[in-house]
Amino acid sequence: MYVLSAIFWLTLLGLMLGLLLGIAAKYLKVESSPILDEIESLLPGSQCGQCGFPGCRPAAEALVDGLVPATICPPGGSALAEQLAAMLGLDLDLSSVKEPELLVARVSEDTCTGCTRCFKVCPTDAIVGAPKQIHAVVADACIACKKCVEVCPTECLQMHPVEVTLRNWRWTKPMSQFDQSQQGSALC
Amino acid sequence: MLDFFIKPRVRGGVHPEARKENTADENIVTNFPIPKTLYIPLQQHVGKPAEPLIRVGDKVLKGQLLAYSQGLISAPVHAPSSGIILDVNDYPAPHPSALPIRMIVLETDGLDEWFTSPIPDDPFQLTPEDISLRVGAAGIVGLGGATFPTAVKLNMGRENQIDTLIINGSECEPYLSCDDRLMQERAEKIIDGVRLMLHGMESHHAVVAIEDNKPLAFAAMQIAAKPYSSIEVMQIPTQYPMGWDRQLIRYVTGKEVPVGCRSSEIGVTIHNVGTAHAVHKAIRYGQALVNRVVTVSGGAVGKPMNVEVPLGTLISEVFAFCEVNLEDTARIVMGGPMMGDSLPHAGLPTVKATSGVLALTKSELKSSEVQPCIRCAACVTVCPAGLRPLDMANNIRVNQLDAAVDLGLKDCISCGCCSYICPSNIPLVQFFKYASGEIVARQQAQHKSEQTKRLMDDRNARMERIAKQQEEDEKARIAAKAERERLKAEQASQESLA
Repeated sequence: MYVLSAIFWLTLLGLMLGLLLGIAAKYLKVESSPILDEIESLLPGSQCGQCGFPGCRPAAEALVDGLVPATICPPGGSALAEQLAAMLGLDLDLSSVKEPELLVARVSEDTCTGCTRCFKVCPTDAIVGAPKQIHAVVADACIACKKCVEVCPTECLQMHPVEVTLRNWRWTKPMSQFDQSQQGSALC
Repeated sequence: MLDFFIKPRVRGGVHPEARKENTADENIVTNFPIPKTLYIPLQQHVGKPAEPLIRVGDKVLKGQLLAYSQGLISAPVHAPSSGIILDVNDYPAPHPSALPIRMIVLETDGLDEWFTSPIPDDPFQLTPEDISLRVGAAGIVGLGGATFPTAVKLNMGRENQIDTLIINGSECEPYLSCDDRLMQERAEKIIDGVRLMLHGMESHHAVVAIEDNKPLAFAAMQIAAKPYSSIEVMQIPTQYPMGWDRQLIRYVTGKEVPVGCRSSEIGVTIHNVGTAHAVHKAIRYGQALVNRVVTVSGGAVGKPMNVEVPLGTLISEVFAFCEVNLEDTARIVMGGPMMGDSLPHAGLPTVKATSGVLALTKSELKSSEVQPCIRCAACVTVCPAGLRPLDMANNIRVNQLDAAVDLGLKDCISCGCCSYICPSNIPLVQFFKYASGEIVARQQAQHKSEQTKRLMDDRNARMERIAKQQEEDEKARIAAKAERERLKAEQASQESLA
């Protein structure tokens, strides 16, 4: 009897509180700033956490509140920083921005057991395979989030730098002694 | 006095030392020994690489098709000599990085046997479309260095009703003299090629523009063009970069090609003299583009010359033939010294774009001690594209590429006039090349991030669908179970009743 009454009262309490919360959510709703969504759509969206925030949305909030500089997102590099600064009207100091090193995941075929764990966690479906078959990474779709590396039981998935080919080879930035000594200071 | 009010016909430009005298007075050497092995890249043109249709071990004849063009903008590749296919694989490309690119390796048999193809009796009876087809099938691309497929240009010319065809004989790069020699020695063939191109574009007026430091070439071309009223030979001032298409068009026709437009849109198109010569050989003799005249010059070259080499010949073999002193060679350059590419070593093949190979000694290179900008604006004065190189470089130095694009970075043609003239030795054009590459990389990154978003959305939608499906399955299972139990109970009650 006591058990039944406890279940009854707790259920009732839960329903009442739920109703209250529901009403509050409907009538006391806080509109999010539209720029927040725009900023969030600029960010990579892979929730990697390299900025120190738990995801892209909180980072976008911090950006809108002006708590962090435009250079907060390491994977976005200076291209993203420039876009963010233009959108938010922030001052931009790109001298501290390191261009992200491009990585890509690769399966070592000797140790892959075909456990399918990696392609279950891949956010972009960049890993193909089937149970007990060797998996492979579609390099163009890999965003280097390293989630697969964490779940792989045999450590056969490793991150490698993107291979330089004639297609992605670029001229390097000319750097002279003069540049190095004067770097970051006034323009020449 | 009136001159003061007339818009200048040449903008910017510099006058580098020509240094053509070593090679410009000697005949083109045509007895280059056929190399044992040829390395033929599948991409020697702008556009998509050609697709090989031969197998390893096949025997091929000179001029036989090795790889066919794929896509709208592409060009086929032919065997530069007869022999056996050794390999189709990745080998270092003639590029500053020497990164690998797909090549066909051909072991020559020394016979140099031609592959015969039908030749028209009178090419002027052919339809213009047929001319384009034959030019395309012969693998002809712009031989001035741009390597744009010539057939595509002829087709565009026909569609846009070209009123002036300009034949570029300016050869404004220092050291190079291959076009000069070609015009002196094979003027009639070039003029024939020009007439065929006019026919192919259904156009009736051509201007051959030759810089005034090549009087012999001018005279030869004038004599060759005399019988044809449609072809005019014109002298233009010697200046670098006179051979830039827009500069030449402005000088010859007085028209300015708007930014972002092709020259054919204002009724002008431009081809190199070497291309005209190749068109002549393709239409009159059915010969594909399998060799070209290359200027070999520079301080470290023992016997500087213009030499006709099969495409795919390694530069090291060309150097050996011209007695290059490799110890004195401080830099190997493919093309001219202003816009050419510096190569890391000589074990790379010559391609359709190779107008010259230079072996430069240390004394021929510019000292590279960079000093601060003194704001003399010499780079602004010499820029043929009318840009402000110093401001662009300042922005690029602090990685503000968007600001550099606003200043006209995309109109920079990398001619190198600014770097050449800069008294502080600031590597201006190098900054612009870096920035252009970086902008492409950013566009690719942007594209990838869009694709990533799409992939993630697709995946999330799929996951949701699967979860929903599972939920429904679960519900159905529960319902089925309840039904089964109900039936069981009914049965039991009936049994108990009975």
